[in-house]
Amino acid sequence: MKWRYVRQGLFFGVVRLAALIITLALLGIIAFLLFNGFRAVTWDFLTLPPIDSMTKGGIMPAIVGTFYLTVGAVVVALPLGVVSAIYLTEYARQGRFIRLIRIGVNCLAGVPSVVFGLFGLGFFVVFLKFGSSILAGALTLGILILPTIIGAAEEALKAVPQTFREASLALGVSKWRTISRIVLPSALPGILTGAILGVGRAAGETAPIMFTAAAFFTAVLPKSIFDEVMALPYHIYVLATAGTHIEQTRPLQYGTALVLIALVLGIDLIAIVLRSMVRRKKRW
Amino acid sequence: MIIKTRNVDFFYGAFRALTDVTLDFEKNRVTALIGPSGCGKSTLLRLLNRMNDLIDGTRVEGEILFEGRNIYAPDVDPVEIRQRIGMVFQKPNPFPKSIFNNITYAPKLSGVRDRGDIEALVEESLKQAVLWDEVKDILGKSAMNLSGGQQQRLCIARALAMKPDILLMDEPTSALDPISTAKIEELIDSLKKRYTIIIVTHNMQQAARVSEYTGFFYLGKLIEFNVTEKIFTNPDMKQTEDYITGRFG
Repeated sequence: MKWRYVRQGLFFGVVRLAALIITLALLGIIAFLLFNGFRAVTWDFLTLPPIDSMTKGGIMPAIVGTFYLTVGAVVVALPLGVVSAIYLTEYARQGRFIRLIRIGVNCLAGVPSVVFGLFGLGFFVVFLKFGSSILAGALTLGILILPTIIGAAEEALKAVPQTFREASLALGVSKWRTISRIVLPSALPGILTGAILGVGRAAGETAPIMFTAAAFFTAVLPKSIFDEVMALPYHIYVLATAGTHIEQTRPLQYGTALVLIALVLGIDLIAIVLRSMVRRKKRW
Repeated sequence: MIIKTRNVDFFYGAFRALTDVTLDFEKNRVTALIGPSGCGKSTLLRLLNRMNDLIDGTRVEGEILFEGRNIYAPDVDPVEIRQRIGMVFQKPNPFPKSIFNNITYAPKLSGVRDRGDIEALVEESLKQAVLWDEVKDILGKSAMNLSGGQQQRLCIARALAMKPDILLMDEPTSALDPISTAKIEELIDSLKKRYTIIIVTHNMQQAARVSEYTGFFYLGKLIEFNVTEKIFTNPDMKQTEDYITGRFG
């Protein structure tokens, strides 16, 4: 056997191993949560508020709260992100100024989430007097996932063949209509991918909502976007660190984590189905 | 003369792509622009409907007069120019829409609303592009399912649906097989009754077959412009003769 085949075999082996490790890590986490949390997840757990100092009962208010916050964050960030991406890729003259904006967006992506939390507290909660509320939390999470969505939308817009733009413009169609009728529909699957990534991030974050939206405990559901809500990640944090019965509530913590992952995957699933439906119509 | 260029210079940044091009295009005739790669013929074509506006860092000097009006004057809307001067590209570029919607896309946006008018327009455009018989039963199907030659004729039909005065063709057959190429050439012949056609081509036989006038470009300059027969049988310039006899290019 020739040396180069050995080398190739070795390289492929390493590549396979890396893929395997990543898959195993993911499966490991899910298996661990399933094993530890499965028994806690009952119908009552999903439909009741916590009772007896949160040692019993369920997590229904936190499920509802996280759902509102996540959807709110996407509602805030998706239009803003897509419009920004359109400006960056379609309108702005490529140059130093645009590079500066891009660096800014990338830096925003690297800012620790607790800093977003403090910003949200200072700006939305205190300065704009939204109070600790769904609105303040959704806006804070929205800014947090903005770079993800801008990045994905930019990539999606760049992937639309230049020939589509030329074809439309050469027919005497204005630039804006070319973008809204031809470019955006073609980029939609990629933009939805960005939204999926954003959902995952927004649902899982604890620090940004800790000061802006999350309640330690409320048995009632929010009546408006100015109400506080419980949220799954914060609930896990509270049970695991701040309660008086940390050991006793262990199963509840795992159960909550399991529900959080299921919720994120559920929202992702909707977006993935939507994306494949859009994709089936677009081929080039 | 429907469109004239007067002392046109064109720059990509610091690079000068065209030098002092002065050329008249006659109405309802086919004019071919030939020359080796990079000679500026496509650049000139794209200047005629302001498609070079899309490229950052370019500059035009001189005038391009369309029906006597300089299309590079500050008060001219390039969108209007492109509605009247259509373009067909080297690679067929249908939209990822149905055949029907490919045709109706631009006319609808420019105000054709009536369902009957739209259907008539689709049929008329496809018939002019000699594609109607092949696609009349599959108008709702995606244009992406058509063959390359059919796609290119669809692109021609799409341009014709805007009822332009001039049709610019940028090497429209270079991505097609010989049979599709022959069909497009026949089509060009039938279209010149109603449209002015300006075609850039690498294929000299094609220029000789389809055009009445030919301009030969070399290194950004118009070397020679004359009736096609003269260019191909008895050119005035030695460079033209060398090119058409295949000594370079």
